[in-house]
Amino acid sequence: MSTATVAAEHAARGRHEDRPFIRKYVFSTDHKIIGIQFLFLSLLFLLAGGLLAMTIRWQLGFPGQPMPGGGVMPETMAPGGVVLPEFYNALVTMHGTFMVFFAIMPLLVGVFANYLIPLKIGAPDMAFPTLNMWSFWLMIPAGTLMLASFFVEGGAAAAGWTAYAPLSANPEYSGVSAGQQLWCLSLIVFALSSLLGSVNYITTVVNLRAPGMTWFRMPLSIWALFVTAILAILAVPILAGALIMLLFDQTLGTHFFLPAEGGQPLLWQHLFWFFGHPEVYILILPAMGITSDVISNGSRKPIFGYHSMVYALIGIAFLGWIVWGHHMFQSGMNPTLGTTFMASTLVIAVPSAIKVFNWLGTMWRGSIHFTTPMLNGVAFVSMFVIGGLSGMFMAAAPVDIYIHDTYFIVAHIHYVLFGGSLFAIFAGIYFWFPSMFGRMMSERLGKIHFVLTFVTYNLTFFPMHILGMGGHMRRIYDPSQYEFLRPLMPMNRFITISAFLLLAAQLPFMVNFVWSLFRGKKAELNPWRDNGLEWTVPSPPPHGNFAETPTVYRGPYEFSSPLAEEDFLPQNRPVAAP
Amino acid sequence: MQHWWFPANASSYGGQLDSLFFVILYITGAVFLIVEVALLYFLFRYRRGANQTATYIEGSTAAEIVWTTIPAAICIFLALFSQRLWSEIKDPDRIPPDAVPLEITAKQFEWHIRYPGPDGRQGSDDDFSKRNELHVVVGRNYAFRLTSEDVIHSFFVPVFRLKQDAVPGMHLSGWFRPTSTGQWEIACAELCGLGHYRMRGRVWVHTAEDFDRWQASQAAGAAPAAPPADSVASSGARAS
Ligand SMILES: [Cu+2]
Ligand SMILES: [Cu+2]
Repeated sequence: MSTATVAAEHAARGRHEDRPFIRKYVFSTDHKIIGIQFLFLSLLFLLAGGLLAMTIRWQLGFPGQPMPGGGVMPETMAPGGVVLPEFYNALVTMHGTFMVFFAIMPLLVGVFANYLIPLKIGAPDMAFPTLNMWSFWLMIPAGTLMLASFFVEGGAAAAGWTAYAPLSANPEYSGVSAGQQLWCLSLIVFALSSLLGSVNYITTVVNLRAPGMTWFRMPLSIWALFVTAILAILAVPILAGALIMLLFDQTLGTHFFLPAEGGQPLLWQHLFWFFGHPEVYILILPAMGITSDVISNGSRKPIFGYHSMVYALIGIAFLGWIVWGHHMFQSGMNPTLGTTFMASTLVIAVPSAIKVFNWLGTMWRGSIHFTTPMLNGVAFVSMFVIGGLSGMFMAAAPVDIYIHDTYFIVAHIHYVLFGGSLFAIFAGIYFWFPSMFGRMMSERLGKIHFVLTFVTYNLTFFPMHILGMGGHMRRIYDPSQYEFLRPLMPMNRFITISAFLLLAAQLPFMVNFVWSLFRGKKAELNPWRDNGLEWTVPSPPPHGNFAETPTVYRGPYEFSSPLAEEDFLPQNRPVAAP
Repeated sequence: MQHWWFPANASSYGGQLDSLFFVILYITGAVFLIVEVALLYFLFRYRRGANQTATYIEGSTAAEIVWTTIPAAICIFLALFSQRLWSEIKDPDRIPPDAVPLEITAKQFEWHIRYPGPDGRQGSDDDFSKRNELHVVVGRNYAFRLTSEDVIHSFFVPVFRLKQDAVPGMHLSGWFRPTSTGQWEIACAELCGLGHYRMRGRVWVHTAEDFDRWQASQAAGAAPAAPPADSVASSGARAS
């Protein structure tokens, strides 16, 4: 399929403006609308996941005390606002599930892959617009099933977001039966949604690039989303397969993971992490791509080492398949395998290091504009460094003996997924909001949001490293049960208070987002003086994106080029040879 | 005991594990400082007001080579350096041959520890079991076989720097040698259900005399223990 045929198809389908409201904004096949639908849905789940986290934090900081406002929770979960142990296990499970599958992943992939890929490669839409619509609308039953599981008998799944069998496979062990089944069903539907999206992203990038948009003229955001889609299409079916096996164990009496009848509990872990580690990169590669775009723009300088940035992405994607066992050092897996996984895990740090140094190189001798997107991009770099370096501790298998399943791991994942992914998501939202909605977000509120978030985020998650060093286990309802954890209770309370402030720090973002949607300053053409094709069309871009197919002459990072009078040079602007 | 940092160490390999932690802390700490200081310096030095025009630089192959090889060298060094301690702790072939055998069985939400009794052999008449109580002698090697009756638990003794998942259907072996007397806690580190947070046991490290006195008091009062769960696979072999 070529760009021309897709364009022709669009023309044949009639002008978008003539379509009824429901086809235009609800069951839309326009990649931009679908991206925006993903944005609203996943921001809601992000908020819901955050509220679950607050309930967890309250119980850890003030075990057994009624949570302020906790009276609204049903008797079966938190009578009088005091969280029950069974509900606590559901909270940790659902917080992880919401954040990974319904917030961060759709924010990065659902929003930015959908919105940016066609616009940035000069295509009128995705290769398969109808499939794309389905990939969004499948998220609705997936999310509904997951939310509904809170209200069935026995409550929501409570075996952790990693659902280790046999706890997850046999309801006698967890006391949760319908909730765990709904969890499996919901994620199977989610997997389908993710696969439909990924097929689309790959096909679109391979086939629909505008004339002149060679592979090495693609923005790193697109490279990252492309590599991510390949990871997803290979990893998500493994998750789906494992979930189906787990669901069969729960409902049909199979024994894939139940040892009494010859099943293997470790099989679940191998399958889950064979998906789960690539998933970690699904959650961070797009963030790296967004950060690259934003940092080059904010430094007014080409990205340093574009080719090595691409090779590092590809290197991470390959190595990401041979490190899953680092989650299983203490699982009873053969310790010789542990050695192998330790080596591969330490090696995968190298491409990440390359990326960090190249971002630094990009800022070096630039002219750094401290816009809100840039601030969040820089925060990504500085926090991802902490998350990456803390990963070295658990990669060293002997150290992992002690810190495995402690708050050190919790600190690490939050430095990667909040300090990393979420700051990049904020950068991306601030940066592309004008393109999505034709209005600017307030820079002043944006900066307030950034500073408050950056500070309270570090106050919340950094001390968790120290809890972990103290031996504080994850997923325990009441740390004060243990004598050796009692001295850590003041720190637990400090973290809880910081976490509540961190939630409060999101208020300026919410206000800014909603206010700017309706009242924001009208976006001028190319407000960030960027080179990407998405800024060569009006904001928001019309249906079909480009009035005529653009021709691309160069890469996306030609800032401060000697060939241009201004400090930027759009990809589609012809320049006479000097 | 007040601590915010590591708890006391009371096992033969715990000190090495802590040292490895600090080696990694120094390496990563140095990298962290270099990167963050460079980042802050660049942000200040090349801020828009101070540097009106950016310099058009696309990259540097020499720089790429430097910052690929140095991290690679550090990572390979760390892998090799860590490997020694990992196999010392976890390699089943390196369990000291003189170790006293213990059978540990986890179930929701308690630890059952079966002692070999005065003859030092599991599966004999003088064996006895204790619930949530691990009594050992300072300076003596112990080899345990760990299993679970229901879900996955994780046997965690923070002061020994010891953690091993207990998996139903598997008998996993490990060892430790306590190095100081005292009384500490055993925790479950893997989410195992409703009572996970209170799956707590205790470890006593005695002098030999104290231990013998304790063991004699057990033998007098206790009923004979049930035979070990799986006496066929009683070698130290790890199922995997
Ligand atoms: Cu991993
Ligand atoms: Cu347990």
